[in-house]
Amino acid sequence: MSGHMNLTLKVWRQKNTQTQGKFVTYKAENISPDMSFLEMLDVVNESLTRKNEEPIYFDHDCREGICGSCSLYINGHPHGPKKAITTCQLHMRTFSDGETITIEPWRSAAFPIVKDLATDRSAFDRIQQAGGYVSVNTGGVPDANIIPIPKVIADEAFNSATCIGCGACVAACKNASAMLFTSAKITQLGLLPQGQTERYSRVQAMVAQMDEEGFGNCTNTGACEAECPKEISLNNIAFMNNDFFSAKLFREEHAHDHAGGE
Amino acid sequence: MSLDAKIPQGPLAEKWSKHKFNLKLVNPANKRKYDVIVVGTGLAGASAAASLAELGYNVKSFCFQDSPRRAHSIAAQGGINAAKNYQNDGDSVYRLFYDTIKGGDYRAREGNVYRLAEVSVNIIDQCVAQGVPFAREYGGLLDNRSFGGSQVSRTFYARGQTGQQLLLGAYSALNRQIHLGKVKMYTRTEMLDVVVIDGHAKGIVTRNLKTGEIETHTGHAVLLATGGYGNVFYLSTNAIGSNVTAAWRAHKRGAYFANPCYTQIHPTCIPVTGDHQSKLTLMSESLRNDGRVWAPKTVEVAQKLQKKEITASQVSEEDRDYFLERKYPSFGNLVPRDVASRNAKEMSDEGRGVGTTGLAVYLDFAEAIQRLGEDTVRAKYGNLFDMYLQITDENPYKQPMRIYPAVHYTMGGLWVDYNLSTNVPGLYAMGECNFSDHGANRLGASALMQGLSDGYFVIPYTLGDYLATIGPKPVDKNHPAFEKTKQDVIAYNNKLLALKGNKTVVEYHRELGHIMWEYCGMARTEEGLTKAKGLIKELKADFWKNAIVTGENEEVNAALERAGRVADFIELGELMVTDALDRRESCGGHFRLESQTEEGEALRDDDHFAFVSAWEYTGENQEEVLHKEELIFENVKLTQRSYK
Repeated sequence: MSGHMNLTLKVWRQKNTQTQGKFVTYKAENISPDMSFLEMLDVVNESLTRKNEEPIYFDHDCREGICGSCSLYINGHPHGPKKAITTCQLHMRTFSDGETITIEPWRSAAFPIVKDLATDRSAFDRIQQAGGYVSVNTGGVPDANIIPIPKVIADEAFNSATCIGCGACVAACKNASAMLFTSAKITQLGLLPQGQTERYSRVQAMVAQMDEEGFGNCTNTGACEAECPKEISLNNIAFMNNDFFSAKLFREEHAHDHAGGE
Repeated sequence: MSLDAKIPQGPLAEKWSKHKFNLKLVNPANKRKYDVIVVGTGLAGASAAASLAELGYNVKSFCFQDSPRRAHSIAAQGGINAAKNYQNDGDSVYRLFYDTIKGGDYRAREGNVYRLAEVSVNIIDQCVAQGVPFAREYGGLLDNRSFGGSQVSRTFYARGQTGQQLLLGAYSALNRQIHLGKVKMYTRTEMLDVVVIDGHAKGIVTRNLKTGEIETHTGHAVLLATGGYGNVFYLSTNAIGSNVTAAWRAHKRGAYFANPCYTQIHPTCIPVTGDHQSKLTLMSESLRNDGRVWAPKTVEVAQKLQKKEITASQVSEEDRDYFLERKYPSFGNLVPRDVASRNAKEMSDEGRGVGTTGLAVYLDFAEAIQRLGEDTVRAKYGNLFDMYLQITDENPYKQPMRIYPAVHYTMGGLWVDYNLSTNVPGLYAMGECNFSDHGANRLGASALMQGLSDGYFVIPYTLGDYLATIGPKPVDKNHPAFEKTKQDVIAYNNKLLALKGNKTVVEYHRELGHIMWEYCGMARTEEGLTKAKGLIKELKADFWKNAIVTGENEEVNAALERAGRVADFIELGELMVTDALDRRESCGGHFRLESQTEEGEALRDDDHFAFVSAWEYTGENQEEVLHKEELIFENVKLTQRSYK
């Protein structure tokens, strides 16, 4: 069919966390420019399955750019060459016929490879568990309109809250830092009145967990912001650092009381 | 077994309060002696797990994704309804109740729906307290918009990502309980069976998706919050992983499946481009607030558009048919989803569809951009417009979107009583995986409301009653039923892994989807459904002979996961067709061509079909047995729905 492409893929294959991986070359033939990148991989996997070979494993779910599952490092970029989209939203019209595409998993010691292109990002969950919440139980809360929140603040908090937890920021960073991810939650809750009570204990708890997971530090390169599919701003990191140092300097007494408790 | 919905007696507005008082309580010191299993971490599952853990129960929470934050509730776009009446536009709990009952074409229970409307206001308070950044007005108060099937603005939203923000709120509450040690979280773990002992659910069997290990888990109760079954159609707006397996396996262990034929086809999705397509993308219903739906008046103009000889903006006003505004002047573009979908299909059937396939109509923002300015439109719908651009390579600020209906939500699901208990004691179903509140058609922005209502505000009360009744004695993990159920799962998986035929599981899934869409989709007939039943039986037999399942159990194996899910979808597909055949009336999303008004609207038959169909599994390849729960309406008068 006219307009269809033939491509060469160099794909990272690795049986599990324990074994060594390697690049394997595949042909992707008769690819429509209207396909998404993951649909192109579906086509390759279908042909592998028909040969009774093991399909390429990758994380994916919603395929509309919001669940944060998909996580491919394509030609040296998390989520591929285009800005502000996830892999599932990348369409093959971005590539040209005959091109060779290199596909790798996220590379970070804190994200061990599960299989092929999928990594274990549970470290992100543990950072959130350390303090990414407002400690309120269900029920007994005040009316939603009792505290007016300026629209600009609400919008700003939303911009931080839009993080999908995909890990592209870590994959993009030469230090494998998780600061953009961590700071997005700290900023969202730090901006809102509901988050004030635990603001300084939260930042310390989450940063401590981030360090414990083995993520690197921030050296202000800005690769995370450039590659973030949701365009989370570096200003979040500044906000977090500011709160972190305030907490360290003036609020040491709060450092250990973040139990989220009753 | 008789079907007792256990709706409390008394006036509608007092049922829930009275019921809450009558429910037994578990004393605080005893709560820690109970283990509760919650499967699924979407809005219903995450909110239930967090709320139950806050009360003091030990919760075990399961999801097949790599993180609980990725459940498909995350993708809900438009908003969440609540009867706050912040807009002073005449809303009330009763109006939300009435709109929902009417929108569901009078096929839902009054008692359940009223409770849903009643607790809707608490949900918004809860979410705001968690730090959910809803959209606000300049004065700092919460903003609302309107949605289909209602004439008030009661929908709370966070840009086009409301589901994401609500789920992250519930996820944060869940995280807090994981941190406190009250929830044990199992990710990349799929439930494959439920363990039933002496008629009561006492645990589940799971597969660890990283190691393949088949494990058993005990609990005093098992709560399923595993979502809908829209992926039975292969193409839908669901996530690729969304599946019916947990609910279906529970059905095969005795839980009745209710109203399986009630599926919602959403009117505004991005049209299909080709066979490679793996999913369909929704364009939020909120777009119908400002977008105008139209098709060309004549087939000639439509053909020119299909051949790309002209563009949409070149079609003059007099050649356009704003068919929803024309046919339904009082609701206009905001008619309920089933009505909007059927009308779009009608346009395409008449040859007036657009796009290269002719299977699309326009959703046009030119007038809104002129009225509000491009910046305002961007602020309201920016992320949706971007998504459209990414997928279609067309700029919706410059030319109208092409939209077409797609499978989006399933109103049917496991049968539950007022307490959200299935007919198997100890087995509960919440959110989209139960059938309870939406009747034959769900109104926009009500799915999020129901998921969070079930999880935050209903199950924490109703579950306690059951637990208090059975007592805190630990579940015997050495009971032979655990090993027996585990061996059943292992044997079933081995049967799948032995399939080394010549057709991929995806091909079977696609084929099933074609059958369902063609014969059990937007319009259904006796003849088509009968044919579909035969086709599905053949497909099933063929699957178990010729499918290819690669790899082994003891590893990450996506092929095995998919095969199990597709096998269950095939069985469910047959039941959906059976249910659709049995229901010889049209109602909501279930449109039988044999039953329509002169104007082509769904024609109900209240004398014969004002009941819930609850199907009982009776064994492999056996016909299921129908149980009927009569629907009793004491407060609303059943009328022909009219949105004119």
